[in-house]
Order: sequence, then structure tokens, then C-alpha cells
Amino acid sequence: MTRLDDELHVTGAGTGAGDVPRTSTTPSPAGDPADGASEGAAGATSVLDEADRSERRRDVRWLVSGLAFLVGAVVVGASIGPAGPEWWRVPLALVDHLPLISLDSGVSEAEWNIVWQIRMPRVVLGGLVGAALSVAGAGYQGVFRNPLVDPYLLGAAAGAGLGATLVLTVGRDATVGWPIDPVQTVAFVFALCTVAVTYFVGAAFGGTRSGATLVLAGVAVVSFVTAVQTFLLQRNLDVVREVFQWILGRLSGSTWSDVRVVTPYVLVAVAVLLLHRRHLDVFRVGDEEAATLGVSVQRTRLVIVVAATLGTAAVVSVSGLIGFVGLVVPHAIRLMAGATYRRVIPLSILFGGGFLILADVPGRMLTSPAETPIGVVTAFIGAPFFVYLLRTRKVV
Amino acid sequence: MSVAAVDLQDVAVRYGSHQALEPYVDRVGAGEWLGVIGPNGAGKSSLLKAVAGLVPSTGEVTVGGTTLRGLHSRRRATQVAYVAQDPLIPDDMSVFDYVLLGRTPYVGYFGAPTGHDRDVACSVIDRLRLGGFATRMLGSLSGGERQRVVLARALAQEAPVLLLDEPTSALDIGHQQQALELVTELREHRRITVIAAMHDLTLAGTYADRLVMLDGGRVVAAGAAHEVLTAERLGEVFHVCVSVDVDPDDGTVIVVPRRGFPA
Repeated sequence: MTRLDDELHVTGAGTGAGDVPRTSTTPSPAGDPADGASEGAAGATSVLDEADRSERRRDVRWLVSGLAFLVGAVVVGASIGPAGPEWWRVPLALVDHLPLISLDSGVSEAEWNIVWQIRMPRVVLGGLVGAALSVAGAGYQGVFRNPLVDPYLLGAAAGAGLGATLVLTVGRDATVGWPIDPVQTVAFVFALCTVAVTYFVGAAFGGTRSGATLVLAGVAVVSFVTAVQTFLLQRNLDVVREVFQWILGRLSGSTWSDVRVVTPYVLVAVAVLLLHRRHLDVFRVGDEEAATLGVSVQRTRLVIVVAATLGTAAVVSVSGLIGFVGLVVPHAIRLMAGATYRRVIPLSILFGGGFLILADVPGRMLTSPAETPIGVVTAFIGAPFFVYLLRTRKVV
Repeated sequence: MSVAAVDLQDVAVRYGSHQALEPYVDRVGAGEWLGVIGPNGAGKSSLLKAVAGLVPSTGEVTVGGTTLRGLHSRRRATQVAYVAQDPLIPDDMSVFDYVLLGRTPYVGYFGAPTGHDRDVACSVIDRLRLGGFATRMLGSLSGGERQRVVLARALAQEAPVLLLDEPTSALDIGHQQQALELVTELREHRRITVIAAMHDLTLAGTYADRLVMLDGGRVVAAGAAHEVLTAERLGEVFHVCVSVDVDPDDGTVIVVPRRGFPA
């Protein structure tokens, strides 16, 4: 590079007007043999091609690792638990239940029911929750270009918390016989409404011209909603324990119907964010630059925020507030696999899902006096791991 | 990529009650380099941003006969490339990925960059002699290298019009010259029309074909360097004490700051 810098320097410095013929700029790929730069240029293209290919190989390698991690997490999550068959029989039974494959796992019908009806919904829900929170976190961090943003930023969690508190304080007795649990529905609706309020507040004061206004509006709305919730709780101290347990987050007691409730929303969030991973990379150079590159910044940001919010609201209303995952999983992936959203989005889905499934395993073993909340476990495992990553990987 | 003149019809920018740019009329010929000079807050950036479509403006901008207003943002991005004064450069993005972002206007909403997009990015990287950097992260580059990478991103856009907002203000004198030489080369090679806001008056006079001096949103002078850059006018507009020399050999206008307060 020094040599080329010098060359530029010399040609420019001679006259100021700069009308010295510059053979290195001739458009023909063969160039002028007198100028060594053309060889260098041809070499650079092949170096580029090679670098490009190796980057794409890395994409595939990471995708395969992510899939392997998720499948491994599912198997581990299904195999370990306080009751049921010996752990090593479960993978065999899972393979046995795959279509077209039959093998003798020695797992009885009753044992299989424990695996399929008790553990599997929990594993699948954990995977969905982890995937949704991680990918939503990555999406929010991307559109706001703010590394400290998590999926709860715009009020999804606070709204869901208020909704759940309302149902638990006001209407618990009234809803005993209802076919569906109103806590989930009301939490979901409140989560979406709160984010909508944040969006309109942000738009009213900043015209949503900048992501920063929206983030600040989120801070204001979240404090307000949390204050209302605290007020309600303080008036109804008898339900504090129940609300607190809801807020801490849990996967225990999950059923296939919980899975069915969240799946459509999580799928929408995951699909939309996967389709917008290239846009998120454009957002990294700033709103203004993105606009001059032909991206409709406001609209694209709204689409991504809506999708991420939908997924977040759905999983929060079913499993409560599971912190840490949405903030840290995307960062861990950036540190390991690189910051391009081409990788961050798919890997957040795979590793986020797998991570939450694994984090749920110790929780179910430590059941005395009550099951350890999964949010506690995620932070316990995740925080030291994240510190380790920060120490060992250089971001640049 | 086509060659295109830029027509500006009464382009004006207003922020609230502040008129940042009075109605501006000009025609920048295909392949011409227009240097926009003036003190801070004169409206230079507003003019560029109005052409780039980044601020609400009135009036009409046409590129090669196509009116920009109402053009889809992606179509617009194929006509006008813009290099911000202080571009946001993500430290953890590779040079290749960054330059490839210049191809965004050509990629469908749910599409991915094609082989052709990669080829264009590669050839721009080669042309700007960045081949050895392609896999490096932007955060590890020096100021001069970054400037070239940003330019490469804009050129990968293959737009006939290049807007530069003080492209060299963060560079030392050597890198300033390199960057401007590079723009000159590319302009000659591709016949790109360049509109550049510039701080350094001598460099502006040397590299631009024509200068426009703005002050308070109004054009106060326009024309060749020796017509626009006079000691008297610079004293009035910039409140600076300078002497202006003209190189007898090639006519280069040299603005030299002098001690003392302007008369």
C-alpha cells in the first residue's frame, strides 16, 4: 500500500492541477505493462474472490454449528429430568419416533408419555422463547444501532407485566372456569398496546426521525407503566407472590397448547427478521446513509420493530420475563461469528433457542423449595460466559 | 452508467423558521466538478442534502432529465451517490461488506447481492487500491484509508452524480490531496458529475472546475477560482485576513491566511 500511496502522492504533488498522465487508471484490465499496479490489481481480484469464498464457507460452517447446537440442546433437554426413563434411552426413543425409522429403545409407553407430554412441550417452548427473544434483541439493536437495547425496551415486558397484574388482582376469581387463561391474552394485548403507545409518543415528539427518540419514549412509557403496576400491587398485597412468580419467568408446566399459542407469532417474527437481515446491515452505516442507498428507513424500521415486538409479546405473555437472553445472545454471536447480520440473525435463532433449552435443565433439577426461575439460570450461566467472551475476543 | 448533467431549479431548504438555503438555480454539466464553498452554516450541506433527498426541500432537481422528486428511493440511489461529512463507519464491518453496501439500490427487497454486484465491488476496490484491505475490519483502518473506503462505497453505487460533503476535512494535507486526486481520476475515467462542499479554499479552487460561494443561504459569488476567490470578498464573507496569489505558470489560485483582522 505504501508504494501506491507514494505514487499518488508524487503524481499529485508535481503540479497541483494534477494533469500528469496516470496510466494506472486505464480502464482496460490488461493495463499498461509499464505500470506494476495492473498486476497487483489482477492479483487483488483473485485474493478478493478467495476471501469472499472463505467468508461464505464460514457462513455455512456457522449455520451447521448452530443447527447442531440446537438439535443437541433438544436431545439433552428431552433426556434429563427428575422422573422418567434413563437418560441415555431417550435419544434412542426420539430416533425411534422419527418417521421410517424403527429401533428398540426399551422406553415404555408411560415413560415415553413423560418425555413427550411433559418434557417436550417445555423444550420446544424454551426453544421458541429463546429464539424469539434473541432474534428480537438482535433486530432492535440493529434498527436502533444501540448495543444496550433489549427486546423489552419499547415496553413489551412492562405492558405484559401490567396486563398480568391486572388480571391477577382484579379478575382471578371471576375467570376460574374460563377455557383459556386470560392472563396470557391480556398480557399479550397489553404488551402490544404499550409498544404502540411508545411508538406514537416517539413519533409525536420526534417525528420518529431518529431511533433515539423512540428509545427515550420507551424509557418514559416503561417507567409510567411500571409505576401503575407497582401501585396496583401495593393495593393488592395478597397477589404479590403470584405476580412476582409470573414476572420471574418460567417454562415449567408448559403444555403443547402453550406451544401452539406462541408458534405463529414466533414464526412471523423469525421469518420477517430473516428476510430483513440485509437491511439491518445497511442500517449499520446510519439512517442518512441508508436513505441515500435507497432504503426507506422509517418503513423498514417499523416493519422490523413490529415483527420483533409481536414475537416478544407472545413469548413474554406465556413464559414471563426471561431477561438477559435478548440482550446478550446477539452480542455473544457477534463476538464469535462476526457482526454481519447475515450471520447474527440466523445464529441468534439457533443459538438463542438452544441456549434457553439448556438453561432450563438445571432449573428443573433444583426444585427445592421451588423451581429455580429460568431467568436466574440464564444470567448465572450467561453472564460469566459473556465476560469470558469479552475478555478473549477482540471486537476489532 | 450514464453521464448526466444536474439541473437545479429554485432548490430551497427551510428548517422550521430558518431558511438554510435560498432558492438556488444552477446547471452542473455532465462530468463537471462544482465546488461549493462558504463559511460554516452558509447552506453548503443543505444544498447537498437537498439534492440527495435527505432533507425536505422545495424546487426541482433533475439528473440527466429525470426529476428526482417522487422517484422511488432505490431509483434515486442509482442516480445520486452521497458521501456524508462525517460518515458513520461501523468498526466491525469488513471493507468488502461495506463497499458491497453500495450495491444496495440494485438488490431487490428480499434479494441478495448477485455475482455482478460482487464483481462491481471488487473492481471498485481494485481501482481505489484497496485490494489488500478487503477482509480487514473498518475499525482497523487509518483516516486516509477510511476515506477511500467510503469513496469506494459511493462509487460502487455507479450513480452518475457524486455528492461530497467536505470529503477531506478530517484528513492531513497529504491524504487530502490523495483523496481529491482520486476523485479527479474517477471523474475523468467515468465522467461522473461531482458536487463537493469544501472547506479548503485553495484546494477547492485547484480541483473544482467552477466555484459557488454561499453565505447565509445565498449565492454571493460564482465562477472560476480567480473570479470567486478574491481577498476582498473572502474578508467580507469569512471575516478573515488573507492574501490571494495566482501562480503565473498554471493560474492556480492560492489563498494564504495573513495575521491581523480583516479590514
